[in-house]
Amino acid sequence: MRAARLILVLASACAAMGADLWSLQPVRKPPVEGADAIDGLIRARLAKEKLAPSPEAPRHVLLRRLSLDLTGLPPTPAEMAAFLADGSPGAWARQIDRLLKSPHYGEKWGRHWLDQARYADSDGFRADRFRPHAWRYRQWVIDALNRDLPFDQFTIDQIAGDLVPNGSTDQRIATGFHRNTLTNREGGIDSEQFRIEQVIDRTNTTGTVWLGLTAGCAQCHDHKYDPISQRDYYRLFAFFNEADEDQMDAPMPGELGPHLRLRPAYDARRRELLNGANVPALQAEWERGMLEAAANPGRKLDWDHAFDDLRTDCEDGEKILRTPAGARTRRQAKILADYFLANYSRVISKERKEELKFDALAKQLRELDGTLPPLSEAAVLRAFDRKSHVLSRGDFKQPGAAVDPGTPSALPPLDAAGPRATRLDLARWLVSRSNPLTARVVVNRVWQEYFGRGLVRTSENFGNQGELPTHPELLDWLAAEFMDGGWSLKRLHRLIVSSAAYRQSSAVPEELAARDPENKLLARQSRLRLSAEAIRDSALAVSGLLSAEVGGPSVRPAQPQGAGKDWKESAGRDRYRRGLYIQLNRTAPYPLLVNFDAPNGYGAVCRRNRSNTPLQALNLLNDPVFVEAARALAARTEAEGGRLDRIFELCLGRKPANDEREWLLTYWSSQPEAMAWTGVASVVMNMDEFLTRE
Amino acid sequence: MRNRRQFLQAASGFGGLALADLMAAEANPLAPKPPHFPATARSVIFLFMPGGPSQIDLLDPKPELRKWHGKPLPSPATKDLKLAFIKPNANAVASPCTFSRHGQSGAEFSDLLPNLAGQADNLCVVRSLHTDAFNHDPGELMLMTGSMQFGRPSMGAWVSYGLGSESRDLPGFVVLSSGTGPSAGSNDWSNGFLPSAYQGTPFRGSGDPILYLSNPEGFTAPMQRARLDVLRRLNEKHRRDSGDAEIDARIASYELAFRMQMAAPELLDLAKEPKAVLDRYGVGREPTHQYGLHCLLARRMVERGVRFILVSHGSWDDHNDIDKNLRKNCEITDQPAAALIADLKQRGLLDSTLVIWGGEFGRTPMTQQQRPDIGYGRDHHPNAYSMWLAGGGMRAGATVGRTDDLGLEAVEDPIHIHDLQATLLHTLGFDHTKLTYFHSGRNFRLTDVEGKVVSKLLKKGAA
Repeated sequence: MRAARLILVLASACAAMGADLWSLQPVRKPPVEGADAIDGLIRARLAKEKLAPSPEAPRHVLLRRLSLDLTGLPPTPAEMAAFLADGSPGAWARQIDRLLKSPHYGEKWGRHWLDQARYADSDGFRADRFRPHAWRYRQWVIDALNRDLPFDQFTIDQIAGDLVPNGSTDQRIATGFHRNTLTNREGGIDSEQFRIEQVIDRTNTTGTVWLGLTAGCAQCHDHKYDPISQRDYYRLFAFFNEADEDQMDAPMPGELGPHLRLRPAYDARRRELLNGANVPALQAEWERGMLEAAANPGRKLDWDHAFDDLRTDCEDGEKILRTPAGARTRRQAKILADYFLANYSRVISKERKEELKFDALAKQLRELDGTLPPLSEAAVLRAFDRKSHVLSRGDFKQPGAAVDPGTPSALPPLDAAGPRATRLDLARWLVSRSNPLTARVVVNRVWQEYFGRGLVRTSENFGNQGELPTHPELLDWLAAEFMDGGWSLKRLHRLIVSSAAYRQSSAVPEELAARDPENKLLARQSRLRLSAEAIRDSALAVSGLLSAEVGGPSVRPAQPQGAGKDWKESAGRDRYRRGLYIQLNRTAPYPLLVNFDAPNGYGAVCRRNRSNTPLQALNLLNDPVFVEAARALAARTEAEGGRLDRIFELCLGRKPANDEREWLLTYWSSQPEAMAWTGVASVVMNMDEFLTRE
Repeated sequence: MRNRRQFLQAASGFGGLALADLMAAEANPLAPKPPHFPATARSVIFLFMPGGPSQIDLLDPKPELRKWHGKPLPSPATKDLKLAFIKPNANAVASPCTFSRHGQSGAEFSDLLPNLAGQADNLCVVRSLHTDAFNHDPGELMLMTGSMQFGRPSMGAWVSYGLGSESRDLPGFVVLSSGTGPSAGSNDWSNGFLPSAYQGTPFRGSGDPILYLSNPEGFTAPMQRARLDVLRRLNEKHRRDSGDAEIDARIASYELAFRMQMAAPELLDLAKEPKAVLDRYGVGREPTHQYGLHCLLARRMVERGVRFILVSHGSWDDHNDIDKNLRKNCEITDQPAAALIADLKQRGLLDSTLVIWGGEFGRTPMTQQQRPDIGYGRDHHPNAYSMWLAGGGMRAGATVGRTDDLGLEAVEDPIHIHDLQATLLHTLGFDHTKLTYFHSGRNFRLTDVEGKVVSKLLKKGAA
């Protein structure tokens, strides 16, 4: 009890002395220079512990490691052979360049970012409705990383792309980052309460992803451990409270031309059909009825329910209804008219419904829609004027003192361009040189992906409850170098994977296992179980089934009956797309993703678990997808001599050792002929070495 | 985290385990672990009734409502209610059900629950539950994870994390679901931020009972074993070469997967169950077959060491036509649930198995009349509702808590969901404030920052 009280006293003292928190101190670049800076700092620490770094890993391990780390795919035998044959200086650097240029780089590192962006293809909650346009944001992420959009701009576009002067469509699409919040469509939900919950999610996610701070703890009270007061929290909240949701056309290359050419004819025909059925007048009358029900609930039950349904079932329905007809955008007008046609029957008699024949009209309109080439769409944010208050105990019904947008006072001040700080000011502040957190947080998460552990292990929390950095100087050197290098992520990747530390063997000598089981000191590389997506992608790649197409809408590969929700299987090559394109329904994710710890989009995930369960074994042994891959791998190696060698080279980048060969051939000879090579292929694809980045 | 010595002490209880098994078990996050103090329950069967069963028609009679039937309730009593669909001035509706007293305890049950009424002396009826949520998703999450936010570990995951599993060849936390299924889906059995080894494993109604359980086409059982044997040799070699102990865990997972492939069919094979047992559960007869099968499987899982079994049936979300729907759900579940209690008791398992029956909230005393051509229903009611508990150290033959005469609020011994959760963990031997997991900068627990053990629910000596 006494100890507990002491801890509390210490904790509040820490909060009071927030200025002492290590992560809030300015980034100070240690005076080391050049390519060896990383290794110098790691070796200095090892020397203190009287430890030596591990030798370099074998070359085939190195290329497989690099390829999986930069693109999420194993190297092909041809790529491996070329590297093994290249004894010239610069061979390693050339591999780095080749892989950083691959479009698969954006996929691999895009997925890492999507974890933090809590990306999903559905709403969450009970209805968990599909979000047909969510992929457009994912597309933006992949493209942005592939063209190495500097991380400061990457940040500005996602937080406030809609506010950038003369901003592009692309920059507005980037604001989809904060449209990945959940949407609750349950009946009876208070829409203001839920809107506030979304703003809170945006505030907390921004705090976690960019600042590595658990800002959410200050929602109901001053933060117990970190220097964020409740007022600080609601000042941060205010930035996102001054935004609303919006939907926009976001055409992909090639979409706009054909669409615009056919649009005049389409518009004319649609108008003709609607006018012919007297829709504008009927709809206007219906809108009046709906607004009346909204203003005076409890008078007409059927209208009450019709209005409630509009709120929950129609995207932006209530907002459009409340926008005067003349002020609606083309998109909004169409949404409401289509909704009216489909739902008018709820408030009229059966006889009237039959008389109107709206079903036939709707069918004609749908056919007409089919003639107009569609444009891709994106869910985005836009500015909205709104006052903010401290919410007492986090309750939206108890607004307290009014607050203006602003950043936590323990952090460097925000320099607003105008009289009132905007989201754009916040975005610029996040990536300003004086902000001590963002660069540290980002380089630490990149480091974590390469070594299995960040220099700060708690990569989501740089506060007093997080862990201290194992190599504070290295963290600062990387952060400073990252900013000095123009926030280029590709440059940061190159720095890290060029180091000797990265190229070390991942074998775990007994002495090291005892002295440093978590590999904090980096006297070796770490063996890392591949992510859910990389396991799928590797199996498809080595078997030759993988569709290497980059980008586009989500796909639905086969899964067992009853496992998915509204799962209409994709056809053709789409069944073999990479894991990051699998449609992610929050309440019923694809089984492989669940089994191998992929996040389901409920909140920012900065580091994934790497679990090890029997369900994973069942998945890899028995899932038809993996059996099909084994069969395809067996088939593609049939024509070639040294079939076992070839399977090993494809899967592991090496030939089998003698004992491995003997065991597998003994196994092979014991199996029915038709299944023997499929069995061998499947065994190799279940080897720990196949599932691991060595 | 326990150290190796503690582990070996715990493991010595198994008797003759081979060293390899022992090492595999050490790497196994589901290896059995002792709780904080001696437990009264070893396993839990949660008969989850998502949607919100109507306590007014089942367990908490409100004769006073007859006076108000068809009229709005007095507004001081209703003005602060949080309601999902109806307005506070909606008309009250008295229950058409008949209640009577049963057993030596004289507990009251509605005529919709004739079989459970026969178990009255084994049950502890709680009439004063209350929760924070008035919608399904947050309500289910509150009940199952102690928080209305998504992403927290479920009760079953916490229990698996705290205790591990006693079954060497079945998952420690199993989910059986019938009807339309709970609204929050897999979030109700999610591991949240706990390692995924602690997630609930849904047994499926059709196809493989566990996803990917059966061998792929063309692979017989001996072929599967051969695959695993050669895989094991390859992995053991790599373990030696790399020195990484994580590979031991990988090998152990594959072996457990294989044992699951053997054990699950045995679990599901009811050939050795006498016909009288099947009849008692209503297996092989409608409308009880599916739910009866799930209750029977839950008992068989308890016998085989499964730690936590979530048996969900629903929905009970009767916004309309409640007379018809409630009767239907009761006809499906009453007999099997009663059979489960009787069966566990007869086998001497009830003392060590905690059984909970309940949903995420109850239903209002007021009606929700949507349309004249559809029967009336009741809205969501979080402020006061009922559940029953049995076995595992719970008081038997008791009725705890009281609601006001209209059934609007819990007026005696109000029990919040966090209190229920604290009590559940208590029966399993845990101080709920100390079963924690460090995540995202702080320690999390099932009961968030609240919860009190309700000693009134516990039998003498268990408090």
